[in-house]
Amino acid sequence: MEGQQKILLLDDDETMLELYQQLLQELPSHPEVQTSTSGARAISLLDAEPFTLLITDLRMPKMDGLQVLSIVRRKFPHLRIVVLTALVDEEFRSRAYAQGVELFWQKPANGEEMQFFKDCIESLLDREYRQESGFRGMQSKSLVDLLQLECLSGGSSSLRITQGSLEGRIWMQNGDIIDAATGDLKGEKAFCEILSWRGGHFEILPPEANHPRLIAESPQALLLNTAQTIDEEKGDPHSTETEVLRKTSPLAALGRFEGVEFVLAIPLDEREPASSWGGENVEQLGGWARDSWRRMRQIGELLHAGDLSQMHGLGLQRHIALTGHAQKGLLCAGFRRVTPSATVEQTMKQMFAKWAS
Amino acid sequence: MGFLTLFRGAVKSDVKRLPAGTFTMDSRGRVVSSTVPHSVSAGQVRDIGQHVLAIFKGARNAQVPLYELVFNYGVIKITAREMRGGAIVFLSPRPSGQAPDAETN
Repeated sequence: MEGQQKILLLDDDETMLELYQQLLQELPSHPEVQTSTSGARAISLLDAEPFTLLITDLRMPKMDGLQVLSIVRRKFPHLRIVVLTALVDEEFRSRAYAQGVELFWQKPANGEEMQFFKDCIESLLDREYRQESGFRGMQSKSLVDLLQLECLSGGSSSLRITQGSLEGRIWMQNGDIIDAATGDLKGEKAFCEILSWRGGHFEILPPEANHPRLIAESPQALLLNTAQTIDEEKGDPHSTETEVLRKTSPLAALGRFEGVEFVLAIPLDEREPASSWGGENVEQLGGWARDSWRRMRQIGELLHAGDLSQMHGLGLQRHIALTGHAQKGLLCAGFRRVTPSATVEQTMKQMFAKWAS
Repeated sequence: MGFLTLFRGAVKSDVKRLPAGTFTMDSRGRVVSSTVPHSVSAGQVRDIGQHVLAIFKGARNAQVPLYELVFNYGVIKITAREMRGGAIVFLSPRPSGQAPDAETN
């Protein structure tokens, strides 16, 4: 049946597979449910045909669920994944969420829990269907909020924005804003014009492959510049959106580098607070940065390896880089997860030079 | 031969070869296998590994889970990849002339 949702169930227990296959086929959306008893076969099935949802156990012989997750997440970044396991362990839970799963479910123990599980799966399938049709109910969010969310999720889409008779389009690719258009305007001018509209409606449509890139700036820098331009044109230097984006932090200039999500300046003295641009969880991250830097400087001394010039870590959600200055302390930056390791290293050197000067 | 013996002492030097090799740590902080030369003691290898594991764990606690860490020193680069709560750690000397250019503490 065309448009039918497809679920792939992965568990080494065939009895469980049969039971869940039957239960899920009874969902209101009547999805097609296929099963696999091994990770390798599940990956082959995913390679062979598109699925809407993967539901996987964690504890399996040969290739366990976390290994499957890491492969599937890399090969099929848009696939929705639900973990269904009898293994209740906070570390597994956090590692599974770090791999980008939608839900982590303990295997239902009674009828009520089973009903909750089925409702959640139906809701996920419903959301997927609505997204494909170009709708997502986010009327309470501003356009800037929506753009920032889309950038953070690293997704590709095109947005259609309407205000009365005006219509605009914004194209996004892997979390970057690549082009905009409204009337005769294109690129950054069109983007600025669209963001100046005070109200309207928007829809998220599927991405357009091969759409040319006319906007080169990073999303954060683009949003900041646009908000400033709009305010200057309106003669309103204290607008809320500019205040939110600018935060008048001296670190904002560093946030304009390609791929940068946030910047922290962390004094070496632990009693002094870290300053941040675009950062969350600043205190905890600052503590981790100080501790990591201290540990690895000790290692450098132990090995006679010379000064520690930079460290960076790659993550599935974001990358982190850290560098130090004898007087100013530590500079920590978060990068979008799609940024290559070599770019993180090189950009951090440039940011450090600017910060130190 | 006496002539050669005269110069033998001058050939000795304090230049130490930079450590290069790989070792793996389990999730309990024990070294499982190592190809790191004996110029780095077993205790030092364990210390490096335990610091690396602590940094991975700290990152998870700070809600920035990481799967790979890279540390650039003046003459060595250390790369660590997380493996099921443990880690595999690579020590590699930097090729001469490829020193990091940031001025650091």
